[in-house]
Amino acid sequence: MERPIRVLVAKPGLDGHDRGAKVIARALREAGMEVIYTGLRQTPEQIVEAAIQEDVDVVALSILSGAHNTLFPKITKLLKERGVDDVLVIGGGVIPEEDIPFLKEHGIAEIFTPGTPTSAVIEYIKQHVKRAVEK
Amino acid sequence: MFYKQKLEEIKNKKEEWEVNQRQKVVSKFPERKKEFKTSSGIEIKEIYTPEDVGDIDYLEKIGFPGEYPYTRGVQPTMYRGKFWTMRQYAGYGTAEESNKRFKYLLSQGQTGLSVAFDLPTQIGYDSDHPMAEGEVGKVGVAVDSLYDMEILFDGIPLDKVSTSMTINAPAAILLAMYIAVAEKQGVSPDKLNGTIQNDILKEYVARGTYIFPTGPSMRLITNIFEYCSKYVPKWNTISISGYHIREAGATAVQEVAFTLANGIAYVEAAIKAGLDVDEFAPRLSFFFNAHNDLFEEVAKFRAARRMWAKIMKERFNAKDPRSMMMRFHTQTAGSTLTAQQPDNNIVRVTIQALAAVLGGTQSLHTNSRDEALALPTEDSVRIALRTQQIIAYESGVCETPDPLAGSYYVEKLTDEIEKRAFEYIKKIDELGGAVRAIDLGYIQKEIQESAYRYQKEIESEERIIVGLNKFQIEEQPPKNLLKVDTAVEVLQKEKIAKIKEMRNNASVKKALEALKKAAEGDDNLMPWILDAVREYATLGKITDVLRSVFGEYQQQIIL
Amino acid sequence: MNNLEELLVRGDKRAIARAITYAENYEEKAKEIIKKLYKRSGSAYIIGITGPPGVGKSTLTDKLVKNLIEKGNKIGVIAIDPTSPFTGGSILGDRIRMQDLSLHPNVYIRSMGTRGHLGGLSKGTYMATRILDIAGMDYVFIETVGVGQSEIDIVKIADTVVMVLAPGLGDDVQAIKAGIMEIGEIFVVNKSDREGSDKTVVELNMMLDLDDTKDWRPPVVKTIAYENKGINELIDKIFAHREYLIASGNLEKKRNQRLRMEIIETVKNKLMNNVFEKIQQKDFDFKLQEVIDKKIDPYTFADELYRDIFNKNL
Ligand SMILES: Nc1nc2c(ncn2[C@@H]2O[C@H](COP(=O)(O)OP(=O)(O)OP(=O)(O)O)[C@@H](O)[C@H]2O)c(=O)[nH]1
Ligand SMILES: [Mg+2]
Repeated sequence: MERPIRVLVAKPGLDGHDRGAKVIARALREAGMEVIYTGLRQTPEQIVEAAIQEDVDVVALSILSGAHNTLFPKITKLLKERGVDDVLVIGGGVIPEEDIPFLKEHGIAEIFTPGTPTSAVIEYIKQHVKRAVEK
Repeated sequence: MFYKQKLEEIKNKKEEWEVNQRQKVVSKFPERKKEFKTSSGIEIKEIYTPEDVGDIDYLEKIGFPGEYPYTRGVQPTMYRGKFWTMRQYAGYGTAEESNKRFKYLLSQGQTGLSVAFDLPTQIGYDSDHPMAEGEVGKVGVAVDSLYDMEILFDGIPLDKVSTSMTINAPAAILLAMYIAVAEKQGVSPDKLNGTIQNDILKEYVARGTYIFPTGPSMRLITNIFEYCSKYVPKWNTISISGYHIREAGATAVQEVAFTLANGIAYVEAAIKAGLDVDEFAPRLSFFFNAHNDLFEEVAKFRAARRMWAKIMKERFNAKDPRSMMMRFHTQTAGSTLTAQQPDNNIVRVTIQALAAVLGGTQSLHTNSRDEALALPTEDSVRIALRTQQIIAYESGVCETPDPLAGSYYVEKLTDEIEKRAFEYIKKIDELGGAVRAIDLGYIQKEIQESAYRYQKEIESEERIIVGLNKFQIEEQPPKNLLKVDTAVEVLQKEKIAKIKEMRNNASVKKALEALKKAAEGDDNLMPWILDAVREYATLGKITDVLRSVFGEYQQQIIL
Repeated sequence: MNNLEELLVRGDKRAIARAITYAENYEEKAKEIIKKLYKRSGSAYIIGITGPPGVGKSTLTDKLVKNLIEKGNKIGVIAIDPTSPFTGGSILGDRIRMQDLSLHPNVYIRSMGTRGHLGGLSKGTYMATRILDIAGMDYVFIETVGVGQSEIDIVKIADTVVMVLAPGLGDDVQAIKAGIMEIGEIFVVNKSDREGSDKTVVELNMMLDLDDTKDWRPPVVKTIAYENKGINELIDKIFAHREYLIASGNLEKKRNQRLRMEIIETVKNKLMNNVFEKIQQKDFDFKLQEVIDKKIDPYTFADELYRDIFNKNL
């Protein structure tokens, strides 16, 4: 039987634009996933702790403040330090193309820029979750 | 607007046309869509005729520019007199850099300054706070203490300029800093001109830079109203903003409804605090979004003006006409810009700017084409400004006030938006007003629903966005985008350390303790904040004191 | 003990998290863990927090937990939200109210979806609770949304059930009376900063007084969760209820009953799984069509199905 994919939708940083994060959260739910949404202004520590306690398959980060180059790598670094290597980390928001290679080097599997349909994100997650969904 | 007899004649003719002309064509060539709708879901008919505006009383509902109910604009001559203010909002990095830019702009003859603050400042964290990591100087200037404000306005005579500050939750602190800088220049507060955004309610529902719970936030706002009406009479104490509500996904109708509902809440709070409506209402201003649906947008602006006039006159018994005039700033819709084929955004911005001008805005910011990607480059900012200038000087739409008045379609839409927005306001009143509706998450939920519907429409291609879900091309990623360097954070931290050595820390402590006591009581907090600011207490510490008394807002999440 | 089990008994949060994942997916691994470590369980006190949507259950839990960790306790929280029956997905939003607890070393919080299980709990709740117990938690909080009789499974699992209400439910209180009066061992009127809270308290007390057959009369406590008001009193009442349960011997009875349920539920779930595994969707649909076409009746079909699966008559 199949189990639902668990996703933490998190907003690191201080910007309050959660339209995208909320739309994604709903779309993922509609795609049959369990979405843990933790709201605005999450520190990397809080995000990592929530990801661990909730034992999620995916951490989906959304940011529009421009602080992604600082905050995203910090999150993946903390996850690594805690020995978490089976969680897929993806990011979205206003992220310039030229920052993407840097973020990918730091463990963000994929970056979704504005205009990406939610269906593309869903498809990506289904294809790339690291833990078996069949049990 | 038409004689009964004539209307009857038109009605009959229209029925004939429907059968003889339209039906015939439609049966052979069906229309593009089964239903035509505005972005707010208002149904658009096959044709608009005098019939649709038959029962609109011209004098009562439309009238003349500069007269109640201000449907046609707030000034009698509108842009025949002077154009709207072309105000481009920008700013990032340090106070030093911004100061340089301000001086340059002033030397070019500009008199209005516009300040954006970085997110830590907007949320009441000093640059050395752990939460500020990676955010310092990113979306605006970092201001930690009076010291930064002194640098920001160094050599700028504050009695000669007008300064607009996009600041909300800590608006009282930034305003106090501005007053304190003026004092040092020998400029008394009654000479100060400018605006603070100060609209906390939309932060809860749309923009997210809140700090305190709703109750204490409303208190701070009425404290500012009261203080300014006495000591800073020329200051615009609030800019009630629908812009961000729309960006968060609201429809045009919701934008008007929720903005005006917030406006009502502020007026009620001020009246409850003992202020006379005509004392503060003339200083209220608004801030709207301009979207793509041209006619609906124009109708939205017209409806908003008419509604506010009515609300102020009938609900709050305002006597001063200036209390009833809705003056507003407009910005084009950032959320409609696409990262794909960014040059297309220039065209979108043009349509949106046109809507704002046809809608009678007092000032306008046009977005830059690359805003969906990063901070705009100088080139893009110039094109955005040129867009406004072309509309002003070349398009001819400014030569007579409210040129779309009398269009059957636009008048009907204006009416319809008004009707639907008033329905929302009624519902919010029933819930106990905007503050309560926000605490209940009602407004957030309505916006969230619209945002989700919009996204679904794009994905199902019911809604076409050129270059995004139709007419796509292979593209190279854009280059040469602007970035803020991270050195700002280090610099700000150094400045804080320096300030802490230079100031009298005993007086800071005393001022903060006094502020805390005042916050626990019900004094107007402005004088106490001003005292703390003068002692160089940092913004973060002042906010912390208030947090300790007021608590923090708990986000309402309804999905 | 394998690595995971060792970490688990030491209270390692990742180990707890993974074990609970096994539990909620109903994997054999979860059972194996419990089989080995069963003896270590039994010391956690289980508190159910239930009530209609949005009354402040999560905020209240947050405050209760903060209060109890100050006293040196270790605490596990399971927050259960309904899974959409249409999409199988859910949005689990309770954690947001417990954000600053997240980083506390002595607190573990887990959000679960009901995943089609009826009664307000998730199928894995029994196992998850036991895992938290094994991990050394002094208290386990279980938050469920419950508005009526269909969502009362919380009583089967909790030692103390706190029913949270808010003023302004008015007629609703009447409507859900039947459902809630049976469940609550402590009643909370949260959001007492709102109008009408005293009225709600009075109404509740009146209803509670009607039933004088029980030897524990549920107390009614007023709280303002987000201002941390009334929390001490609520904790006192929870303690008082525990004292009562111990003194009356009801705690043991309750827990024995719970064990019974745990065993039966497990068998039931296994049986259900078996049934669904055995039923071949294609054959079923084919046969169903015959029922639809009135070639056979639904009960004959059910008899046949049962015989196919269990080799005996229904
Ligand atoms: N006025 C008031 N609001 C409160 C109080 N306690 C909580 N709230 C608010 O009520 C809203 C819902 O609180 P939650 O704790 O999420 O409620 P819940 O019962 O867990 O909600 P669900 O899990 O969605 O059913 C939040 O906005 C809280 O801030 C209170 O004592 N007074
Ligand atoms: Mg909850």
